[in-house]
Parts: sequence; C-alpha cells; structure tokens
Amino acid sequence: MTVFIVRRALQAIVVLLIVTMFTFALLRAIPGNVAVAIMGPGAYRDPAAIKLFDSTYGFDKPWYSQYLLWLGHLAQGNLGYSWNLNQSVASLLANRLLKSVVLVGISTILALIIAIPIGVIQAVRRNKFIDHFFNGTSTVFYATPSFLLGLLLILIFAIKFPIFPAEGPQGNGLGAILSDFNALILPIATLTLITVALFSRYMRSSVLDNLTEDYVRTAKAKGASERRILYRHVLRNSLIPIATLLGLSLPGILSGALITEAVFNYPGMGLLFYQQAQKQDYPTLLGITVVVAVATVVGSLLADITYAVLDPRVRYT
Amino acid sequence: MSILNVPPERPDPSLPEVGLISDTVDVAPIAPAPEGEAALEGEAAVAAGILPATKPRSAFRRGLEVFLENKLAVTGVVILVAMVLFCFVGPHVYYGNTTAVNFAQETLPPGAGHPLGTDSNGNDVLARLMTSGQISLEVGIAAAILATVLGVMWGAIAGYFGGALDAVMMRIVDAVLSIPVLFLLLVVVSLVTPTEQVLIVVIAAVSWLTTARLVRGEALSLRVRDYVQAMKVMGGGSTRAVTRHIAPNAIGTIMVNLTFQVADAIAFIVALSYLGLGIRPPQQDWGAMLSNGVQYVSDSYWWLILPAGACIIIVITAILWIGEGLRDAVEVRLQRR
Repeated sequence: MTVFIVRRALQAIVVLLIVTMFTFALLRAIPGNVAVAIMGPGAYRDPAAIKLFDSTYGFDKPWYSQYLLWLGHLAQGNLGYSWNLNQSVASLLANRLLKSVVLVGISTILALIIAIPIGVIQAVRRNKFIDHFFNGTSTVFYATPSFLLGLLLILIFAIKFPIFPAEGPQGNGLGAILSDFNALILPIATLTLITVALFSRYMRSSVLDNLTEDYVRTAKAKGASERRILYRHVLRNSLIPIATLLGLSLPGILSGALITEAVFNYPGMGLLFYQQAQKQDYPTLLGITVVVAVATVVGSLLADITYAVLDPRVRYT
Repeated sequence: MSILNVPPERPDPSLPEVGLISDTVDVAPIAPAPEGEAALEGEAAVAAGILPATKPRSAFRRGLEVFLENKLAVTGVVILVAMVLFCFVGPHVYYGNTTAVNFAQETLPPGAGHPLGTDSNGNDVLARLMTSGQISLEVGIAAAILATVLGVMWGAIAGYFGGALDAVMMRIVDAVLSIPVLFLLLVVVSLVTPTEQVLIVVIAAVSWLTTARLVRGEALSLRVRDYVQAMKVMGGGSTRAVTRHIAPNAIGTIMVNLTFQVADAIAFIVALSYLGLGIRPPQQDWGAMLSNGVQYVSDSYWWLILPAGACIIIVITAILWIGEGLRDAVEVRLQRR
C-alpha cells in the first residue's frame, strides 16, 4: 500500500507538470500582445516601449524559456504579478481562494450529508412513493440551470420576502465574509442544491448495484440482520463510487461555483477568473489554473487511495 | 416485508417472470418459447442437465420489456419526441419573426399573432423557442454521444490492460480533468468563435474524461471477477474480454453516465450563454433566451423567462427519466436474481 501511495504521488507530480505545460501553451495561444493589453492601444505608436516591456518581463525570450522561467518562479512559490490589478497573484489568490473554499467546502459537505441518506432510502424503498418523490425533486433541481436557481432564490428570499441579501458578502477578509453569514446563505443554498441532485443519484445507483451482489446473499444466508447487511456491508461498498465521484467532481463544483459567484457577485476565485479572462491577465489566469489543478490532483490521489482501501477486489500491480 | 428482499429477488412485481431456474414454460406474451429444432435441442440439453428448462430471451428483449414497464421512462421518451418535433417540425408549421429586429413589436405580452409574446428585439418568442431548441438539442446529444464513445473506449482499455498503459492513459485524463471545464472553456472560447460545431467538439473534448474514469473503475473491478477469469482460462483473448464482458457489464454505469452527459451538455451551453460566451446572435440556444429574459425579471415579463426555462427543465428531466429507465433495463443482474 505504501509503495502504491508513493508511486501514485509521483504520478500526481507528473500530472501537474503536464497541466502547467498545457495551460501555459493554451494561454499563450490567445491572440493579442501582452504589452499592448497592459499599456493600452497607444503603445503601438511607441515600438521602443513595447520592446522595453518585452525584454523587462521576458516576453522576447522563446516560449520554452518563458515556460521554464515561470516554472522556476512557481517552484519558489512566486505565482507572478498581475499588472491589471497591480497586485501579486499570490496575494490576490490568498484573498479570493479562501472565499471560494468557504463556499465550495460548506456546500459540498452539506450536499453529502443530505445526499447519502436520500440515496440509501431511495434504493431500499425502490419504486415506492419516497423513491419517486426524491427522484422527482432531485431531477428538477438537476435540470434547473444554476444561474436560474440562484436568481429564483434571490427573487423569493431577497426581493419578495427580504430575509437574506441579494448579494453575497462583499467583505475583504475571511472574517468579514463569515461575520456576514446571512449573505452567504443564498449562494451556499444554490451550490448545495445543484450538488445534492448529482450525489444522491449516484448513491442510489450504487446501493442498488450492491444489493444484488453475492455477499448480500451470503450475509443473508448466515442470518445477518437487514440493518447489519445495509450498514456493515452495502453502505460501505456503495461509498466507493462516491469516493471517486468526490475526487473528480471538484472541478465540476468549482465550475458551478463560478456561476454562483457570478450570480451573487461573490468575490471568489471563479469570479476573478471570469473577469480576468476578458482582460488577458495571463499571470492571474495561470495562477488560478495551477492552484485549482493542484487541488484536483490531490483530490484525485485521495480518491484513488480510498478506492483501494474500500474495494479489496481492486488490485494495483 | 423485508426491505432487502425487494430489489434482489424481484425488482418490480409487475415484471414478467424471467428466470434461468424457472421450471415452467415461458408464458410471457412478448417472447414465446422457441419451438421446433431449437426446442428439441433445448429439451435434450435440459435432460442432460446442461441447460436450464427455458431458453432465456435475449438481453435486449428483456431490457425492452423492463423499459416499457417504466412509466417515467416512457413519459420521458414521449416528451423528448414531442420536443424534437416541436423544434424541428414546428418551424415548418408555425411562422414567426425570429431574426429581424422590430422595436415597434418589442416585449409584447402573449396575445393575438404572438401566442407567447415577443422579446426585447420584437422577435416572436414561440418561433424563437423552436429554433433555439434545435441548437440546444443538437449540441447536447451530439456532444454527449461523442464524449461517451471516446470515454468508454479509453476507460475500458486502460482499466482492462492495467500497468504502464493504464498509467499513461490515466495521467492524460487526470491532467485535463484537473482544470474545471468552465475555466477551460472561458479560455478556449476566446481563441475560437463559438459556432455550433465548435461547441459540440469542445464540450465533448472536456466531457469524455469523466466517462473514462468511471468505466476504468468498473473495468478494474470487473477484470478480476470469476467469469472474466473463467473466460481467460478457456482461452478467450483480451479483445473478447473487453468487448464481450467488460463493456456490457459496465453498461449500467455507461448509460446512466450518457444521460448525465446529454443533460450536462445542454446545461453547459446554457451556462456559457449566461456568461456571454455561447453561440453568437442571431443564433441562440434556450440558455441565451433565458439569460436575456431574466434581465426583465423586475418588469414581470414572465413570457421571456418561463417558456425558455420550462423547455430546459422539461427536456433535461425527460432525458434523465429515460436514463433511469435504460439503467433498469440493462441491469440484467437485477432481473435474474
């Protein structure tokens, strides 16, 4: 198992290298001149200024030395500098990342707490009323576009019945965000509702699959109670796909968070990425992508380890 | 009644009795028991104790019966067919202004001449609903099928062969997967003009990875199961294992995943349209109609929001119901035990 974990961790580093190459190439493929984007269209009248900018920031070097230069800085924890926002990317992210973590973290945990019992109940009471009820509800929430869901929540709980503010918390630090928790409720509710629908569906499928396995019959044959079969055998095995799903749904949840942040004007990482993508702010885009990729690769690593721990039938050779 | 007995023994009391161990002649109305030579062969085999007394019907036949028993799934098919007819045949029956800007006619409430009113450009909402639906359905279904084919092949091969090949294939998947799709699209869309074809390819290119990982997980666990091992002992090759055993047994996961892919792809262009990165006007999908409409929410122009929103929700719901029905239908294990 230790060998497997070490090897898998090394693979994760390889993956991250591929990601940095891929993103770097993709972002550099965007047409437009960085110097002009930063100094304004007037810079075209002064080629010397463009040249000075390029040599100062290394844009005159070939692409691979630009990549290595950036990678070297990255290894030292230097994510670059956003000219657009006149701030280092690291300080930008430190501010924005925590806010996204709060939103995504709380929503995901809430979604799991709600979705797992729902999925189990649905599977056990298959084709009964409660199964159809939860199925219908989660289907409607899944089918509703996330921005529409957010806007409907605003319409109902902020405009019609002004219980919560229509905008996410706008405070600067994490403390300010959390102390304005009232404003955080609608964004969290939006993201949670989207995620619950996804998780409970998989949980139901997973429990149903496991109920037909041989070990259930064996356990029944030796006289184990249904409660014991369900909690000791089926539940544990049914969580395996959820472990994988969690590992790889992080980017999906972050995509949902981007929309949620845009709807509620919540100053998280997704909103920052969306705004800076329209301004060709390479350093910020690269920085966010790398941070998100690290989070996902680590998540995927944990999912694989969990998979091996939970399902002994899976052998890593 | 036992809670755990229900699904494994018989998933639905209304299902016809299908069983390998049944000692009666198959009386299900759709597939009568085979007669003639086949039956004689069968009897001989039964006498010798090799074959069960009744010949099992094909998995497809059995699946179709289960699917047709599922009311929600059938409703889903009916809704989807109706929606396809509405979007693709509708424009030949109902004519309305879908492209010309006409401010004299803007934001008219539903009434004579405009059953669903007009939008802020003076275009007929009902007519636009049809043409926008074409884009949503075409992109959604095409992207999902493309993504699933790619993902199933990738995942089954990686999971079955394992080793170095699996490692290389899954590192590539991991790398692309670790960038959120919307983040990736925000960048890609600034490189290319988002036409319909481009969106299909781009959405498929970022969606197949999930399928690949799920199928690979199934294959990892399936390849050590007894029947795959038994087939290998009998001299079956790797191709046979993947195409005849691994892929069919992973089909439940694949079908459920395919429905999610269609739903996701449709939801995806909706999200892109909301961010202003969808198909360029005058072409539109339902998402663009909806995000234009919600700008008038405080004017209570409900006909700009409700029809497009309802279309998105109804179509995705129908697709999910079909997927659930398909899942039950292909789940042969559920029916046999």
